[in-house]
Amino acid sequence: MSANCDIAFTLNGVKRELTVPAGMSALEMLRERLGLTGTKYGCGEGECGACTILVDGATLNSCLMFAADCDGRELVTVEGVAASEPGERLRSAFVASGAVQCGFCTPGLMVQAAHLIERHHATDEAAIRRGIEGNLCRCTGYRKIIDAIAAAAVAAKEGADHGRR
Amino acid sequence: MGAAEKPVPGDTLIGKRIAKLDAPDKASGKTRYLHDLEVSGALHAKILRSTQVHARIVSIDTRAARALPGVHAVITAADVPWQRPIGVGKDHLPLKTDRVRSLRDEIAAVAADSEQIAEAALKLIRVQYEPLPVVATPEEALAPGAPLIHPEPRGAGEGPQLKTAGLPVAFAGKPDNIAMTFAYEQGDVAKGEAESDVVIEDVFRLHYVTHCCMGVSGVIAEFDPGGNLLLYSNTQVPFLHKREFAELLGIDPARIRIIQPPIGGGFGSKLDIYPFEPIAIFLAKITRRPVKLVFTREEEFLASPTRQPVLLKLRSGCRKDGTLTFRGVETVHDNGAYTSWGATTPFVMMQTISSLYRVPHCKYFTKAVYTNNPYAGSFRGYGNLQATFAVEAHMDKLAEAVGMDGLAFRLKNAQDPGEVTPQGMHFKTCGFKQCLSTAAARSDFLRKQAENRARWSDPGPVKRGIGIASMLHVGGGAKIYPSDGCGTILKVDDFAHVTLITGASEIGQGSETVLSQLVCEELGLPMSAATVVNNDTDITPWDVGVHASRTTFIAGNSAIGAARKAKAKILAAAASKSGIPEDQLELRGGCIVRKDGGERLFELGKFLRGLHFSDRAELVMTTFYYEPPSKHQDKQFKGDVSAAYAWATQVCEVEVDTQTGIVRLLKVTGAHDVGRVLNRLGIEGQIEGGIVMGQGYALTENLMVEAGVVRNPSFRDYKLVTAPEIPEMDVNFVETMDGEGPQGAKGVGEAPAICIAAAVANAIHNATGKRITALPFTPENVYRALHGAAEPPRWSAAA
Repeated sequence: MSANCDIAFTLNGVKRELTVPAGMSALEMLRERLGLTGTKYGCGEGECGACTILVDGATLNSCLMFAADCDGRELVTVEGVAASEPGERLRSAFVASGAVQCGFCTPGLMVQAAHLIERHHATDEAAIRRGIEGNLCRCTGYRKIIDAIAAAAVAAKEGADHGRR
Repeated sequence: MGAAEKPVPGDTLIGKRIAKLDAPDKASGKTRYLHDLEVSGALHAKILRSTQVHARIVSIDTRAARALPGVHAVITAADVPWQRPIGVGKDHLPLKTDRVRSLRDEIAAVAADSEQIAEAALKLIRVQYEPLPVVATPEEALAPGAPLIHPEPRGAGEGPQLKTAGLPVAFAGKPDNIAMTFAYEQGDVAKGEAESDVVIEDVFRLHYVTHCCMGVSGVIAEFDPGGNLLLYSNTQVPFLHKREFAELLGIDPARIRIIQPPIGGGFGSKLDIYPFEPIAIFLAKITRRPVKLVFTREEEFLASPTRQPVLLKLRSGCRKDGTLTFRGVETVHDNGAYTSWGATTPFVMMQTISSLYRVPHCKYFTKAVYTNNPYAGSFRGYGNLQATFAVEAHMDKLAEAVGMDGLAFRLKNAQDPGEVTPQGMHFKTCGFKQCLSTAAARSDFLRKQAENRARWSDPGPVKRGIGIASMLHVGGGAKIYPSDGCGTILKVDDFAHVTLITGASEIGQGSETVLSQLVCEELGLPMSAATVVNNDTDITPWDVGVHASRTTFIAGNSAIGAARKAKAKILAAAASKSGIPEDQLELRGGCIVRKDGGERLFELGKFLRGLHFSDRAELVMTTFYYEPPSKHQDKQFKGDVSAAYAWATQVCEVEVDTQTGIVRLLKVTGAHDVGRVLNRLGIEGQIEGGIVMGQGYALTENLMVEAGVVRNPSFRDYKLVTAPEIPEMDVNFVETMDGEGPQGAKGVGEAPAICIAAAVANAIHNATGKRITALPFTPENVYRALHGAAEPPRWSAAA
């Protein structure tokens, strides 16, 4: 069987040390080793975005990343996003806008949306649409997801403006 | 679009934007789908599928796989001689015996300590095949001397139990390649044709697409020491499947419990039993361990059902004044190797053909033909996308032939409320004409259509087009089983909290939310007062299942029935306590109040606690079973099969780049007769999602099957619509307040996906003058059609 690697990384703000098989994906590590099942398997080849996580602040399909490559990095999953203040804003926007149907794509979209808002300050329709291009949804037709992200972006901006005052 | 509203207590919940009850968990990654469930001690299963499209199985050697450490069982058909045929046609065994008929066919299965070990074991199984000629198309299947897909199995004549009449195809074989035929007739088409001033005929070809649920298929099977089966399943029809699994195992259905974890998309794909489910059960039975089996995405593309591909010949006519005279339809359906619900889509297709518009004379004939291709299941719209595509193309062509505009022509032939069609469908409410005029007016259809047409000879390569199409679909259930009903158990506890136990399954569409809304509306409670239990056959009362856009209508009426009984019970107790007659009491804002003036008499929770603790102790717990007043069709397919019918018109605006063949869907203006809007947020979501699914069917999705091989089993090569490509959507509602519907509502789940492709086809014609009768409108297909490099579909002689 394959060789193992010892890795250390930060997951949702907590330091972790783990021994993982060299061939294991970050997605398998999160779901099967660490029990964080919020990150979903949709295709296993980086096409659907259901397994999107943040790695050192950038979004990535965790199915395409080796667990071994998590060494020394900072990972945030949907569970981490949901527990943050921007994540709470996004969650209420997703709920209130009707952006969730079967919900299987939703965790990946939550992570991608958090990234779009925090990193790219995306608020306009075109930037949001483009920003979630890599996340497939079969239920909603995307309209309400776009609306939700726009609403959360506005709320984030208002929150930031409020903070400055 | 506004966000969800918090209803004021006492205010009505109906028509409001109510947030889905399951959304907060789903948006936090907390929801545990089937894939996320860890059952302790569970083994992981994988299936070995055929590498041949059509072949005899000469031998299967599993010795090396069995010897692999961590492997608990390797099974083939020989290990389960008691297995029984499954599926709608009962024409295949979960594990194939003497032959494989498609590339997905299940030959062996492994249960191991991990998925990785199970996969490694599959690679060690040696199968020897003897290839058979591949039947790649219905035309080939119908040709004289074609190889039989289901010949009598080897040794079938030997077992005495196999000699009985009415034996399943899997045991008896099929002497020809025709899986099913359907024939429907009303009036006299020859007479209709003789009375016509215009007669046209075209052949349409509809392609393969597949559901692409974001959550792949999976199941967990577990037996207790007493032999009772617990199944974690994403089925859309738990009660029907309980019975089927029982037959399969030869046990009492009462010993089967199905738990439905949240589902990553359904869309009709989970209405039949597929081999993977029995296989997981076999492995659990043999290993005496829980067994979890989850597909890969590639497997999902190869081995989950498709929408049925159809070749359709349509002949239609009308008089000079625009009155439709007749419609003659022949279709050939590629059934694939096995028969699932896809074969029965003619039930729905013939409704559109006979009854979307008033046509006095109609004839319809279908053959579903066995091939070595993937087999078709049910998929949102159930044949209606295919039928509507053809019918609406002819509505445009006939209108043009008699010099009428497409809107006036349709309005002239559209159904009215009260109509009983020759097929026996009774349109008690029908907002079709309002749908037509609303969608046309809001999209400025007639002006744009004329302008686009006038620009045909303009030099630029990019053309604009607008097209209109409409649809009729069941909106009050569909009585295809002896009962089309749903049961509810309702409990109001001592804190005025309601537990709604319903047979209806949530598949992401928002049923638990709308059912709670209907119950809370009856009981004058806020949404926060309701909990829904809907996923365990040991607890929930019977229901047919989630299909036919029936849940809001059928389960909604059932929930209301139970709530009304609870209300009557509460008000009777309040009347005896207060001395105020029941008919002067009402439930509002969490209280028992006087109907006139709203004076609060009792706080409901307190009142119920009083009931529980009194010496005349009483629980408020009720049951209700709703059976719609619809009828089975007779043998001629006539009858009023649904308690209500839904209508919609959609106008699509496109941009066609004639140099590249790229068609962009810019805007969809829809008007939907939904009876009444219950949850505005939910219904908009259903319609927007349906529109984009229809967009995929029309423009991007194409499961490429060549000689039985799926060429594009991945999201990279099977193109779903993504966020940047969605059209502007203007969704409008026509509220006809159906007398039988819950609060006046009718079903809507399938409707929005149905006429998009038809409207896009008409829009492409409006943009370019070219009528394309084969889907999908991918750049290559459109380019070829526009530049004379594509043969229009032809009716095959063999058909």
